Amino acid sequence: MKGKSKEAEIKRINKELANIRSKFKGDKALDGYSKKKYVCKLLFIFLLGHDIDFGHMEAVNLLSSNRYTEKQIGYLFISVLVNSNSELIRLINNAIKNDLASRNPTFMGLALHCIANVGSREMAEAFAGEIPKILVAGDTMDSVKQSAALCLLRLYRTSPDLVPMGDWTSRVVHLLNDQHLGVVTAATSLITTLAQKNPEEFKTSVSLAVSRLSRIVTSASTDLQDYTYYFVPAPWLSVKLLRLLQCYPPPEDPAVRGRLTECLETILNKAQEPPKSKKVQHSNAKNAVLFEAISLIIHHDSEPNLLVRACNQLGQFLQHRETNLRYLALESMCTLASSEFSHEAVKTHIETVINALKTERDVSVRQRAVDLLYAMCDRSNAQQIVAEMLNYLETADYSIREEIVLKVAILAEKYAVDYTWYVDTILNLIRIAGDYVSEEVWYRVIQIVINRDDVQGYAAKTVFEALQAPACHENLVKVGGYILGEFGNLIAGDPRSSPLIQFNLLHSKFHLCSVPTRALLLSTYIKFVNLFPEIKTTIQDVLRSDSQLKNADVELQQRAVEYLRLSTIASTDILATVLEEMPPFPERESSILAKLKKKKGPGTVTDLEEIKKERSSDMNGSAEPASVNASAVSTPSPSADLLGLGAAPLANSAPPPSSSGSLLVDVFSDSPSAVAPLAPGSDDNFASPDLASSEVVSEEPADTVHDADELFHKFVCKNNGVLFENQLLQIGLKSEFRQNLGRMFIFYGNKTSTQFLNFTPTVICSDDLQSSLNLQTKPVDPTVDGGAQVQQVVNIECVSDFMEAPILNIQFRYGGTFQNLSVKLPITLNKFFQPTEMSSQDFFQRWKQLSNPKQEVQNIFKAKHPMDAEITKAKIIGFGSALLEEVDPNPANFVGAGIIHTKTTQIGCLLRLEPNLQAQMYRLTLRTSKEAVSQRLCELLSEQF
Amino acid sequence: MRFMLLFSRQGKLRLQKWYLATADKDKKKMVRELMQVVLARKPKMCSFLEWRDLKVVYKRYASLYFCCAIEGQDNELITLELIHRYVELLDKYFGSVCELDIIFNFEKAYFILDEFVMGGEIQDTSKKSVLKAIEQADLLQEVRNPPKRPLWTPIDL
Repeated sequence: MKGKSKEAEIKRINKELANIRSKFKGDKALDGYSKKKYVCKLLFIFLLGHDIDFGHMEAVNLLSSNRYTEKQIGYLFISVLVNSNSELIRLINNAIKNDLASRNPTFMGLALHCIANVGSREMAEAFAGEIPKILVAGDTMDSVKQSAALCLLRLYRTSPDLVPMGDWTSRVVHLLNDQHLGVVTAATSLITTLAQKNPEEFKTSVSLAVSRLSRIVTSASTDLQDYTYYFVPAPWLSVKLLRLLQCYPPPEDPAVRGRLTECLETILNKAQEPPKSKKVQHSNAKNAVLFEAISLIIHHDSEPNLLVRACNQLGQFLQHRETNLRYLALESMCTLASSEFSHEAVKTHIETVINALKTERDVSVRQRAVDLLYAMCDRSNAQQIVAEMLNYLETADYSIREEIVLKVAILAEKYAVDYTWYVDTILNLIRIAGDYVSEEVWYRVIQIVINRDDVQGYAAKTVFEALQAPACHENLVKVGGYILGEFGNLIAGDPRSSPLIQFNLLHSKFHLCSVPTRALLLSTYIKFVNLFPEIKTTIQDVLRSDSQLKNADVELQQRAVEYLRLSTIASTDILATVLEEMPPFPERESSILAKLKKKKGPGTVTDLEEIKKERSSDMNGSAEPASVNASAVSTPSPSADLLGLGAAPLANSAPPPSSSGSLLVDVFSDSPSAVAPLAPGSDDNFASPDLASSEVVSEEPADTVHDADELFHKFVCKNNGVLFENQLLQIGLKSEFRQNLGRMFIFYGNKTSTQFLNFTPTVICSDDLQSSLNLQTKPVDPTVDGGAQVQQVVNIECVSDFMEAPILNIQFRYGGTFQNLSVKLPITLNKFFQPTEMSSQDFFQRWKQLSNPKQEVQNIFKAKHPMDAEITKAKIIGFGSALLEEVDPNPANFVGAGIIHTKTTQIGCLLRLEPNLQAQMYRLTLRTSKEAVSQRLCELLSEQF
Repeated sequence: MRFMLLFSRQGKLRLQKWYLATADKDKKKMVRELMQVVLARKPKMCSFLEWRDLKVVYKRYASLYFCCAIEGQDNELITLELIHRYVELLDKYFGSVCELDIIFNFEKAYFILDEFVMGGEIQDTSKKSVLKAIEQADLLQEVRNPPKRPLWTPIDL
């Protein structure tokens, strides 16, 4: 429906564009009116969102006209459509010059607006010298002065080097005394911008600004006539003057300083007066001035009395019924917390802020509350604040979890008096929000434990206990594995945590873990061989098993081989030397802090650090995290190769030489030891047998997308398998998705015995798709040996919902021929599903809420496969939604629910599938808050049954 | 101010004004992204949000969202009132302004904004001064505006 109207719109517009083009190109010269009409139409079409690539010359003609209406439209067209098309700008330069010199204020205004709107460097080159003259000329009209001031400001922002300072600057400063408040307002903006970079040049503006401000704040509400806004005298100008003063330290002249303090006190006093109007505009304008005054007070940071008053005022706003004021109060208090004069006063509001964290309904307000708690934290309240943040973390919005994790980790480290508290806190973090605990956080806890021997025994005991939980997060396994490997001996005396029990506990988690974690655990095992000789044989047995020695992963295989060998041939002394306890890490800035700074921008984090100067000098620095695959083995990173034996040829991607013919490792099976046979068309679980032979790569370098839609659809409900296969090449996929992120491993297997040369796989997104899906890939080695397999990783971020699939294009030379093929990469919207369980009542309530016809998409279709309830269930779960049992009154129906996660938003989705066995048909209904999402999910799922 | 956008509840962009040179592609991307973020927000939520490295101040009037992106140091509340003053100007000029006025007289909406805000800074806060400038410009036109269209959904003040 929507598509149709869109199509009709495009058709209509193309027709009109053709019409206008023919008018412009026609032999008959157009009169000004028609030209104006058509240029105006073009502008309208552009504003509807269509591209316009002609009409510029006609607009330039209009702009040079003497008739106002034509000129005006010409200027508008140029302002809206031209950003920095320099050729065109040269064409209009002359017309602008004429208008500037015309002494007609309306024409001058148009010209100045155009310069400011385009605002490019070319404009600055042409006019930056001229405009200051207009600005300070005695006979310039007020309205032109205003435009000139702001035009100059705009040019200065783009090209500060092209705006010459000179005599005019002092005359501009005196515009602060102008009678016309509009002129003062515009001039204040200009002076503020200039003063930020040239404070000396504009120093005299301070006293002028103070006296102007003083006159405004003491004026009766009617004095300023039209510049009074809802009973507030000149709020915009007041805010701007207060901003200007923030470019400077407190005034040195005591008289000026006294007058400014009076102003600020008056503004604070006015906040306590009863409002002159109930309108929100009144309170907004009044508070805008108040907040700017508070910003100035904080900027000066010199009047304890004012700082404490400001803090009390913000404290009142913390409980205001207006969400906007609560938000701003939290934000503003954050900066107050870093002043030594007001830090204590801010701390008195801790209960209110904690309450905000629990009760605010808007996530952006809660975010501010977290920031403020972080800013007000010190040794006296750290335990309470960390506890509250941990509490909040359990229910916090996904979007801010990682940041809270970082903040908790930093506070716990910084204010730890008792390091057992620190260890407990970090383990709690992993328990509550393991997915959001970044590497920096768990590296850091290990660094600290290694550097402090008073906490090592406690840490070993605590991780051992935490690992008892039947389901623990992989990050806990990493921390646990590392700490027990270093300090497991400290608790081995207790028969409940004997060496064998420790080992069995860790090994019970082994198979559920990812490769890097397994690599880390293998290192722990070899450390155990050194710490606990009594379990050496048990460990050797494990290392010797096929699943280790013949592991598909090179890194794991290598570690198993090397560790096994080391444990067999090395003497106890050598073993003890090689596996000696980690030396303390050198002191450095916390890598977590660095990460938070990066996340939030430098300004927001440092103040706490620098101003309070409470650096915890007893804490230790960090080591750069090194990845497991890094070949630099000497880095003391928890996951680096401990032995330094690994500079072996096996590192990284080169496949090990193999005796068997089947080199394509089966990446799809859960059992790591399985190796797939490589006979073409062989019956592995993934490539359907009919498929292997059906695709033939064109010998011609034609770039056709292999329309293997059937295969593509197979991946909608599963993540691993063979995507494509012909006589030369097999492409396998293995992918994982979480929230709006995903990672896909693409495996390219050369099935021939001849090398592939110039092998270049490229992932291509259409323009539309690019803005909704971020894909990052690394290039692969251009040579693929016969029988070898190379791997490519695609990192995926879903920014917003999307329809199409990216295309994987592969080009290479095989023998003498150039091969070029493309397949659709099965990254589909449903991959970003998170299942949601809900009761029958909830389900139908939400179902009804999504009753807008645009939110629902339905499809009735014939079954393509046997109608088996169990298979259907598995497919719905594979699709990503939760399968809700006993929700639909008809037990034959299936209902599901889930949330699509994109970076920008989350979209709740409900689905219902009604089979009709007799007719061999299905009816599928999707309801989501977004039409496009309903549509896409319905398309994808309909193909599955 | 970095830019100002007006868009409808249905996600149709009605006016865009950029105060810092931005590539067309980036503009499109930013508009789309920001519209999504703002449209997803619920009525009682606060009018400010952090977005990329900017602060966004928005307010809904009837079916239209007015949305300004400002920089870290800028004052949120005064920006909210800048939006309101702009709506008042539109309202005064069109007489109970509605979305259709802005669609069909888009050039006027731009002219009024230009008289009010320039280079991202407010040029004149006086309603009288701004409207006087616009009226003077109108007087220069040979033909006065076409008769006004029926009002659909007036923007509530």
